[in-house]
Amino acid sequence: MKIAVCVKAVPDAAGGRRIDAATGRLDRSGDLVLSDFDLHPVEEALRIREAAGEGEVFVLSLGPARASDAVRKTLAMGADRSVLVTDEAFVGADLVATAHALAGALERERADLILFGQQSADGDGACLPAAVAELLRRPVISQVAELSVEAGAVTGRRQTEFGYERIRAPLPAVVAVSDAINEPRYPPLKGIMSAKTKPQETLSAGEVGGAEVSRTTVLALNPPPSRGVRRVVEGDGAAEAILEFLIEKRLL
Amino acid sequence: MKTLVFLEHHGDQVTRASLGVLAKAGGDVAGVVTGSGMNAQLAASAGPFGAATVFVADDERLATPLPQPRVDVLAALVRDEGFDTVLFAQSVLAADLAAGLALRLGAGLNWDLVDLREEEGALVGTRPALGDSVWVDVGWSSTPRVGVFRAGAFDPVERGGSAEVRELAVAFEEHSRLAELIESTVEETSGPSIEDAEIVVAGGRGLGSPEKFSVVEELAAALGGAVAATRAVVDAGWYPYSTQVGQTGKTVSPKLYVAVGISGAIQHKVGMQGSGTIVAINKDPNAPIFDYADLGVVGDLNEIVPRLAGLVRQRKAS
Ligand SMILES: Cc1cc2nc3c(=O)[nH]c(=O)nc-3n(C[C@H](O)[C@H](O)[C@H](O)COP(=O)(O)OP(=O)(O)OC[C@H]3O[C@@H](n4cnc5c(N)ncnc54)[C@H](O)[C@@H]3O)c2cc1C
Ligand SMILES: Nc1ncnc2c1ncn2[C@@H]1O[C@H](COP(=O)(O)O)[C@@H](O)[C@H]1O
Repeated sequence: MKIAVCVKAVPDAAGGRRIDAATGRLDRSGDLVLSDFDLHPVEEALRIREAAGEGEVFVLSLGPARASDAVRKTLAMGADRSVLVTDEAFVGADLVATAHALAGALERERADLILFGQQSADGDGACLPAAVAELLRRPVISQVAELSVEAGAVTGRRQTEFGYERIRAPLPAVVAVSDAINEPRYPPLKGIMSAKTKPQETLSAGEVGGAEVSRTTVLALNPPPSRGVRRVVEGDGAAEAILEFLIEKRLL
Repeated sequence: MKTLVFLEHHGDQVTRASLGVLAKAGGDVAGVVTGSGMNAQLAASAGPFGAATVFVADDERLATPLPQPRVDVLAALVRDEGFDTVLFAQSVLAADLAAGLALRLGAGLNWDLVDLREEEGALVGTRPALGDSVWVDVGWSSTPRVGVFRAGAFDPVERGGSAEVRELAVAFEEHSRLAELIESTVEETSGPSIEDAEIVVAGGRGLGSPEKFSVVEELAAALGGAVAATRAVVDAGWYPYSTQVGQTGKTVSPKLYVAVGISGAIQHKVGMQGSGTIVAINKDPNAPIFDYADLGVVGDLNEIVPRLAGLVRQRKAS
């Protein structure tokens, strides 16, 4: 079985994320790290392969050329290779443009199972899996917290606003997994070493069928409505500080 | 502007969130309901909330709440009737449906909207981004436009009036019918509801293991509050669904909400942002929850929370 995992490199929250006021785009000039949500589909793909005793796992990402460093973490975890779609034409790509680029790359690969994370850490849209599935004309199951692979099909259990559902889809299928599905492994030292020699391919817009124009625009950036003064405490005496705060707020 | 609102329903009721979108859309708005063997009242019920027309797609292939067959229905409707704007209230179903529809129609999609208005003839939405630290005005550069509103962004407004109900003929693409719902369990809540509690202490994955919920339970008992949880721990089977706060769980607005080992994802926030006072304990100083906690405490919950429970008990005893 051939498994594709779509992952996103996002600005490191520790570096302070910001939107560039001039372009209206997320500033991606600082350190990029793999979105935590996307470690879960990588882990799931590796487990499926380990259980089957055979198969290929590759990761696919759209992003700036620098994203290949962040993507390498998935190779250290155990993925076989990576494909990075990168091109000036994709700067500021919205849902439609991103979905077309990823679907274009996936058309070349013909994977049996295409895994996504539940949402991107910097976008929170949780929209891309269904968008890519539509372009590939394949079934989609999103927000899957439990996944089983049978002969030629997958079954996922997921939570909705009303309870739980179990959904089955024939392969090839697109599945987005939730952060509760597994505990991603830390890359072993051996993996970190071997990751350096694993293939990391890059594709340009022309190689994935061109770049679609984005249909959404950013018009203005505004500060959020204020929620009043916020306080942060750290270190020793934290419990005491909370107690005092609760007393001051007359909550005790 | 010609707007279509997707009216999601559960049982015999259109969801509150969908009716809220109708209220916000204003003007000459149509709704669409999709399902199988639906009660005749269901479509009509949206009339007083602002739908002048409600389209009904009733077909056994729409019996289960899966997104892809609904993409077929909405795409045909948008094309046949010339809608330029399609709006949704965020839900697990709506996100997948809106995304599939956007790609089918080649339409721009803006999500997580908390406002929508016309400015100089153009449609402008407001979308809080990056943990709500910046409010972005977003637009669409072509039609049709697709917009998804944040869960609970607007309340329904009943203004009277009735809807003209129109039946739709449906046709489905092959790939839209490949996924199949094989089981669905509606979880009913029993016992005291977290929605009524004045104090809620919520635990997340930072607890590390299901057993560690005892730390949260101890603090809740000391404060006289109820225990809640995030989706991450509910989905992992650590705590019951009935205690989950957030988009796919409960919405609570207690006087005090204490978040323990919770990162503060937007889907969690929408369920508790109405709380009077929010206290968060998290070891990561960059956790998004600190952006909206009234008191943020950076540190190890294993040390802080049991100690706090002891202090609260002492204080109450004295
Ligand atoms: C469609 C959809 C619907 C969703 N609905 C909901 C919903 O209804 N409710 C909901 O909650 N989520 C929902 N989510 C999921 C949400 O996006 C997050 O994945 C989830 O809320 C994360 O849960 P968490 O904070 O427990 O876990 P994590 O995000 O893993 O956070 C754990 C936190 O614990 C901290 N921590 C770890 N160890 C310690 C320690 N020793 N001391 C102190 N802190 C520690 C970490 O720093 C981290 O910030 C939904 C997502 C989607 C896409
Ligand atoms: N630029 C990208 N490249 C590859 N995969 C992505 C990209 N952006 C998002 N994804 C995938 O799509 C999922 C949902 O993202 P989103 O719809 O942006 O919230 C993520 O968890 C990733 O698996």
